[in-house]
Amino acid sequence: MLVLVVLLMTTASLSAQVVGKATKGSFLLKNATIETVTKGSVKGDLLIKDGKIADIGSGLSATGAKEIDCTGKFVYPGFIDGGTNLGLIEVSSVSLTQDAREGGDIKPFLEALTAVNPSSVAIPVTRVSGVTTVIAMPEGGLIPGKAALINLVGYSPDEMYAGFKAMRMNFPSSAARGRRDRRSEEDRKKAEEKTFKEITKLWDETKLFAKIKAAKATDASIMQEYNPTLEGMIPVVEGKLPLFIEVNRSADILSALKWIKKTGVKAVLTGVSEGWRVADSIAAAKIPVITGPVIGMPTRQSDRYDRPYANAGLMAKAGVTVAIRSNDTENVRDLPFHAGFAAAYGMGREEALKAITIVPAQIMGLEDRLGSLEVGKDANLFICDGDPLETKTQIEQVFISGWEIPMNSRHSLLYDEFLDRSPGIKN
Amino acid sequence: MYKHSLMLFLLLAVSALSAQVEKGSIHIKNGTVLTVTNGILENADVVIEDGIITRIGKNLKTPSGAKTVDATGQFVMPGIIDAHSHIALDAVNEATHPITAEVRTGDVLDPLDVGIYRALAGGVTATHAMHGSANAIGGQCETIKLRYGTFNPNDLKMEGAPRTIKFALGENPMRVHGEGGGLMSRTRMGIEHVFRRGFSEAQQYLAAQEAYNKNKASDPSAVPPMYDRRLEALGDILKGDIIIHCHSYRADEILMLMNVCKDFGIKRLVFQHVNEGFKVAPELAEFGAGASVFADWWAYKFEVYYSTAYNAAILTKNGVVTSINSDSGDYIRHLFHQAGKTQRYGKLTDNEALRLITLNPAIQLGIDDRVGSLEKGKDGDVAIFNAHPLSVYAIPQMTIVDGIVRFDIKEDGNDQRLAPDPEKVDMMMLNYDEDHRCMEGTGEALFHNH
Repeated sequence: MLVLVVLLMTTASLSAQVVGKATKGSFLLKNATIETVTKGSVKGDLLIKDGKIADIGSGLSATGAKEIDCTGKFVYPGFIDGGTNLGLIEVSSVSLTQDAREGGDIKPFLEALTAVNPSSVAIPVTRVSGVTTVIAMPEGGLIPGKAALINLVGYSPDEMYAGFKAMRMNFPSSAARGRRDRRSEEDRKKAEEKTFKEITKLWDETKLFAKIKAAKATDASIMQEYNPTLEGMIPVVEGKLPLFIEVNRSADILSALKWIKKTGVKAVLTGVSEGWRVADSIAAAKIPVITGPVIGMPTRQSDRYDRPYANAGLMAKAGVTVAIRSNDTENVRDLPFHAGFAAAYGMGREEALKAITIVPAQIMGLEDRLGSLEVGKDANLFICDGDPLETKTQIEQVFISGWEIPMNSRHSLLYDEFLDRSPGIKN
Repeated sequence: MYKHSLMLFLLLAVSALSAQVEKGSIHIKNGTVLTVTNGILENADVVIEDGIITRIGKNLKTPSGAKTVDATGQFVMPGIIDAHSHIALDAVNEATHPITAEVRTGDVLDPLDVGIYRALAGGVTATHAMHGSANAIGGQCETIKLRYGTFNPNDLKMEGAPRTIKFALGENPMRVHGEGGGLMSRTRMGIEHVFRRGFSEAQQYLAAQEAYNKNKASDPSAVPPMYDRRLEALGDILKGDIIIHCHSYRADEILMLMNVCKDFGIKRLVFQHVNEGFKVAPELAEFGAGASVFADWWAYKFEVYYSTAYNAAILTKNGVVTSINSDSGDYIRHLFHQAGKTQRYGKLTDNEALRLITLNPAIQLGIDDRVGSLEKGKDGDVAIFNAHPLSVYAIPQMTIVDGIVRFDIKEDGNDQRLAPDPEKVDMMMLNYDEDHRCMEGTGEALFHNH
């Protein structure tokens, strides 16, 4: 018994952060309204043990567990952001603090996880809002690299890694990049065709490379050149590693759907800001979507002002599987508000809540571990005093993988220090 | 000669048009009226006659000829005011000199900008159309009302609003003129000097004018100082005729500008963005300077790395007149939501949060006698929501400017552009970069770099 206590004490904290230490152990959340997301709303208790949800029920007791009275409070599963640059960018205008955008065009060998900075100041800022888990995405070029799912607790990328990776791709487009894009329509189309040719070549070469690799496995005399690009593309081309295809313009979405069918990749569409224009086609192709930001600008001057708010709901109504992302770095904490706007503009609260919990978990194939409050799932959850999509609501305690997270961040610490400054100017 | 008379005709035509800003009469019935200055009135009416609020109360009579709006179950609040915006502007930065006090955004208003409609669809009725932040002393700004539908730029101007000017501290003027142009301001020391030099020269200019005015009757050979529009504008700041609105981030530079203003007797000062305002909230309160902040923007550049989303709450609780601004064609569409964030970050009351986007920006622009609350005698600028405007689920239903409905969710079509080019297909842009314009025109590819 003594040995056990000593062990508990030594493993009880994940060493120091500026914001304080996380604590591991057993926690019994008493008398809460438990919003399971998948199994309705339950009044009762929730037990966290060994990083998992050990039990949900009424009148639970557990020796040694820290009891937290949740009378009048709500418990929700941790929110999952399906697309961010969190951990990869510290200060976006200071280029040497940017690790999201490597040079080059086709970079399947790059791992976002490698560059995730566990000490990014934005991580505590994000997790105290109830966002516990995010996809960190690399940027730039045709194939920016591999995105990784991370839990927002831990001191090394491996400790944070939450068990899902996907290759990213920026789908070719002939659209203008912005108002400053002075290329003629013809030039833009040429550039698009050129990219398509590059993709075909990349796929052909990867297949050949894979064949040689397979042959080499049985015949040691076969020599194969080191080629990290083709090596990295093999699982994508073979449909084993999910491919997150960033695509936004309606015409490009349709062209992406055709291409997915042709190549048989395991695809997820991301961005998809004009998804509402072609929602039926996306639904028919049964390709899931991670869309966002919801709170953003219409993509065309002629579009109705609220299209970005309504986009997720319009796609969901057409039968598309829709998750919501913030596509942000320092303000990933806005994720629940993106869901709130989607809810108000047609998606409905229940679907919007799912779009930042169970749906992204399902898209990643992690629905047995994340995205809802069920016995046996990871203890990624939080206690709050109201509807967590509402701005007014206070998020009171967050747990990630069973760790009791310190509810501090640079933002709250500065508040504590400066609300009533000392010395002030009169004392 | 023909050309001249045509010009004269056009000038007359324009001035005749601008004299007739459209005003209307509306009876808003049975809403929850959030007055901001006089509490919440349940099941109350607001009557606007000829563009002015004439009555607020229960079961009021509809004036003859007034349109009626049933607001049962809805929330009626003062039109939202954005103290920092770049919508409705054809140009933002005259980034050619550290001081460009002579230029005016009022000369480049663009009434066709669909961004005006989109702001209306977020309950906004007035904005501060600001010069950008490239220069330590930028151009003069224009307070406008969102009278979308007019083709006449002058119709947007809020007649009688005080003059304002844009100043800028920190990284932007340091980068544009220091790193980019090899001029002072390369550092925050240089920026202070730009101000002190500018104001000192303006003092000399005013003194020379005064001497001339005093001597011209007795001395026929007296010569006035050469007319200089830049020094005229700086002189008007010294006289208190122009309110300074200064782009700022760090606490030290905020203190610096207050010290400069104290030395030159300047009292009308509002800090914009002012991310580190919370660190010097007592000093801001003592000076009487306003603070117009973002709800939660931070970390996009180094000078906002040490910020907090609790800024507005700390400033408010320290007695600083604080507003929340957009500085963005995107955020201007949901300032009510941005104001709501001060309840998550600092637990402001409903009314404190609403003041951040109504009365307080009106005070900062010197127009609080006209707008910013629902009171008898104020302008008929109103926003109606289907839920409490601080709720994330609130959807603006109708926006009224001077008693004229400028946004109606039930009536308006999808495409609200005033003059689309029939020859041109409205293509989608992959990077929609129209929402952040603070540094537009500086030759830098500045996206999300306020």
